[in-house]
Amino acid sequence: MLQVIGIPDTDALFDEIPPHLRVAGLDGIPETMSEMEVSQLMHRRAAENKQAVCFIGAGAYEHHIPAAVWQLATRGEYYTAYTPYQAEASQGTLQLTYEYQSMMTALTDMDVSNASLYDGASALAEAMLMAVRANRKSKSRRILMPRTVHPAYRKTADTIVSGQNIELVEVEYDRNTGTVQLDAIQQAAGQDATAVVIQQPSFFGTLEDVDAITDWAHRNNMLVIAITNPLTITVLKPPGQWGSQGADIACGDGQPLGAPLSSGGPYFGFLCSTQALVRQMPGRIVGRTIDVDGNEGFVLTLQAREQHIRRSKATSNICTNQGLVVTASTIHMAIMGPQGLENSAAACHANTRELVAQLSTIPGVSQAFSSPMFHEAVLTLDRPADEVLSALAEYNILGGYDLGAEYPELGHAILVCATELRTEEEITAYRSALQTVLEQEQETRQKEIA
Amino acid sequence: MSEIPSELRYTKSHEWVRNEDDGTVTVGITDHAQELLGDLVYVELPEVGTEMAAEDAVCVVESVKAASDVYMPVSGEVVVVNSDLADAPETINDSPYDDGWLIKIKLSNPDEINDLMDADSYEAEIEED
Amino acid sequence: MLIHEHSRPGREGAPQAPAVKADVSDIPQQLLRQGRAALPEVSELQAVRHYTRLSQKNFAIDTHFYPLGSCTMKYNPRACNTLAMLPGFLARHPLTPDRYSQGFLACMYELQSMLCEAMGMAAFSLAPMAGAQGEFAGIKMISAYHQANNDDARREVLVPDAAHGTNPATATMCGFAVKEIPTLANGDVDLDALKAAAGPQTAGLMLTNPSTLGVFERQIEKIATIVHDAGGLLYYDGANLNAILGKIRPGDMGFDVIHTNLHKTFSTPHGGGGPGSGAVGVGERLKPFLPLPIVAEDGGSFRCLNEQDAPQSIGHLSAFMGNAGVLLRAYIYMRMLGKSGMERVAEFATLNANYMMAEAKRRGFQLAIPDRRASHEFIITLKKEASELHVTAMDFAKRLLDLGYHAPTTYFPLLVPECLLIEPTESEAKEALDGFMDALEQIREEAKNNPELVTGAPHTLPVKRLDEVNAARKLDLAFKIEEAAPR
Repeated sequence: MLQVIGIPDTDALFDEIPPHLRVAGLDGIPETMSEMEVSQLMHRRAAENKQAVCFIGAGAYEHHIPAAVWQLATRGEYYTAYTPYQAEASQGTLQLTYEYQSMMTALTDMDVSNASLYDGASALAEAMLMAVRANRKSKSRRILMPRTVHPAYRKTADTIVSGQNIELVEVEYDRNTGTVQLDAIQQAAGQDATAVVIQQPSFFGTLEDVDAITDWAHRNNMLVIAITNPLTITVLKPPGQWGSQGADIACGDGQPLGAPLSSGGPYFGFLCSTQALVRQMPGRIVGRTIDVDGNEGFVLTLQAREQHIRRSKATSNICTNQGLVVTASTIHMAIMGPQGLENSAAACHANTRELVAQLSTIPGVSQAFSSPMFHEAVLTLDRPADEVLSALAEYNILGGYDLGAEYPELGHAILVCATELRTEEEITAYRSALQTVLEQEQETRQKEIA
Repeated sequence: MSEIPSELRYTKSHEWVRNEDDGTVTVGITDHAQELLGDLVYVELPEVGTEMAAEDAVCVVESVKAASDVYMPVSGEVVVVNSDLADAPETINDSPYDDGWLIKIKLSNPDEINDLMDADSYEAEIEED
Repeated sequence: MLIHEHSRPGREGAPQAPAVKADVSDIPQQLLRQGRAALPEVSELQAVRHYTRLSQKNFAIDTHFYPLGSCTMKYNPRACNTLAMLPGFLARHPLTPDRYSQGFLACMYELQSMLCEAMGMAAFSLAPMAGAQGEFAGIKMISAYHQANNDDARREVLVPDAAHGTNPATATMCGFAVKEIPTLANGDVDLDALKAAAGPQTAGLMLTNPSTLGVFERQIEKIATIVHDAGGLLYYDGANLNAILGKIRPGDMGFDVIHTNLHKTFSTPHGGGGPGSGAVGVGERLKPFLPLPIVAEDGGSFRCLNEQDAPQSIGHLSAFMGNAGVLLRAYIYMRMLGKSGMERVAEFATLNANYMMAEAKRRGFQLAIPDRRASHEFIITLKKEASELHVTAMDFAKRLLDLGYHAPTTYFPLLVPECLLIEPTESEAKEALDGFMDALEQIREEAKNNPELVTGAPHTLPVKRLDEVNAARKLDLAFKIEEAAPR
């Protein structure tokens, strides 16, 4: 090969690089490890993560995933394929993605879905950019953002949209119900707002008055951006059915549909909209078409809006979707089926309800909000949440998410969730452990006082 | 060789202009432009009543390969848009100078027409490309 | 057939969920879904068969030589997948406190450190979930830096005209105006144009090196000086890192901020279009602005920095830890490569590309930039074949599929007409490269003697050439089955 190229050695390949800039060697990188050695290392590292029963939700949920899902998704033909730019050689990925889009529109009851975005938080940012671009009836760049929307989503969305002169207007929630009230939204809107964001169930697990808010927004020339956990809408009313016209854009994280917790990712963001907004949709979209013989086939479409063609006028800079995770999720939805998903969601609700009922019997533990909840709930404690959670961890229980940093006004509060995986024994064990923990702390305090 | 009707005026950004002699002009994209873009799939037209200056982006024409801005050849108000293009964007490919017209503008400054190229100048311009 | 078309009402697989739906009557009626989502109802075997057969319609690295320029389609070691999916990582909730996550955080910390070393940068954040998000983080940091210095006039970002489309799109997303700098025929950026364009309004320049034309930007030091003297910062698009890994480092070239594409250079799976990872690295100047989370070491244990630790951070780009599973795969790959392995990557990637380029020239194909060394990729232009034989780069690409090769990148960079951007990567044996060149020659012969074979390609795949115009005109983006009756 060197002969064909006409060079004496491989070093000559780099003769165009200024020699004084060349690095002598990557001395800070540890030496090569065999697969066996790396395997041993990773097993050790995996064991260093605490094994515990998980009662944390807060945007990532532990669900049962059928064994076939990831066995199929990690087939080399899916795992090592690229973006389907040569459509004829990628009909597997393209058809699967079309099926994914179809399933998401059915779930959300919206008209169109794209092929996914990175995660729920960045999908919210894209939904907001879309709303500002698309709202022909309002030139405003203010978007109403209730505090009952996931705090990490609000932070991320702000990071992504703030460079484009878009203002997130915070709307306070009602301390009794844990939901946002229409009059608070109305006040925050003032003279101009282009969109309102509603998360259902809210970050707290409470249920917002989606119909009233949606109809009010439409009467006032605003678009409605819905954030939802896609598993919950098998039981709860989907965004396409909110109010009399339905939400305009629906987004959220698809993780509950077949993506393992996996230390935080990869998940995927889904984005759906009404037909009217389809040309403002960022990211990839797959369309069904025919080939020259009239046979059905699938292609990436509406690419002219994307970065590789529009460049500085693109709707967004997004280049990838979450291909492999979408693959798994589509297979997951097909195997679970609509009744399976619905029963799973209902079981999460029932288990959380049971968990809350049991824990509330313990002195010092109470439900924070009076309104109906679904799938998650906020409990207030009479001790600092971080101490309680640390003590529970000694029993190998991850008791919930400490809300102190983002919602200090709630006092000592935790967000708890019991998915369909949590057994009766695990829930009883949690109650028993918490009771012991709080009694022990009570005793310790009494001794200190005495 | 693309068609360049001699009675029309042209811009460097491949718009053609027909003077209707009543203070309005009709605007579209040239045969050369539609050839470059390929089969058109969508046209985004402005709202009637929109006022813009010359060289502002007023429409978007979209093919599979590209989404291109169409620029105001003159300053003025958009008084009519060709809404038939919504269902049949390919009309622009088939008939760029007749049925494929995009918008009609009411000129705010009638003299601006004189700044536009004539057919010969436009032909020379695209030959250089 | 779609999975939906296999659906029959009432059909289901082995129980994957509780058999009976739990009571949800405590939820107000008007908030409940009426009727069921119209999702397909199939047996498990039907689903498995359907998705297995669909997979067999794909070309993939595991099945085909995939010289897709600018995408770095190297072998994805399976150990990376198996080990990243060990239960200790897979079942861990992202909000598990740091002190219970030391194994995971150790891997993340070491990944950050290795990237710093390999790239010559002072600090890294693993937060961005794709190259485009990494770019966004990079430009946002540049913006934050200038704002922190009260330098409000810098509203313009310079981008070479040959740049990938994400570059100008990103600059716009961050509120900047974009100014394009021309590239010369020899592949270098036009220095005079750059000098003229750089000034007090310049926030920075976005560049990749080697460039999208497949050649090394020889005047990188001069470019860095021009931009820095004007008060701007230098951003590196890491798409082409595979060409220089272990040979030269972006930090040493003068770049202030870089994004890496872990799914290219560090072999995380392409997965049919994602998930990627765009880990972003900075020099000292931009360290305070890095996006969160960042893993830090504190007396032998690891923790994630938060807003209090990093008050000037541009913030979060995702709800949790970005694409954590992808990061683990990159970490495992880097441990397997190690120092010696990493230093060989660019060598073999560049050797393979230069060999193919020499072969292309020998076999009579026209190189876009004939008198330069190729980096890890090179460009052929089929302009001559297009005008003489009336076959396009697209036709060549489609016929390559018939011959068992995934086509190279076509029509990018936009500057070169009828181009094929070819990147073999270091994973391929010489026979694969020779076979590909033979295939190109065969197609050229067919174009002369039997053009329909080429212009009508592909002939042997599950579908023939697809009508993209129809797809964009008559949008069919979802299949709707009738709303299922409530149970």
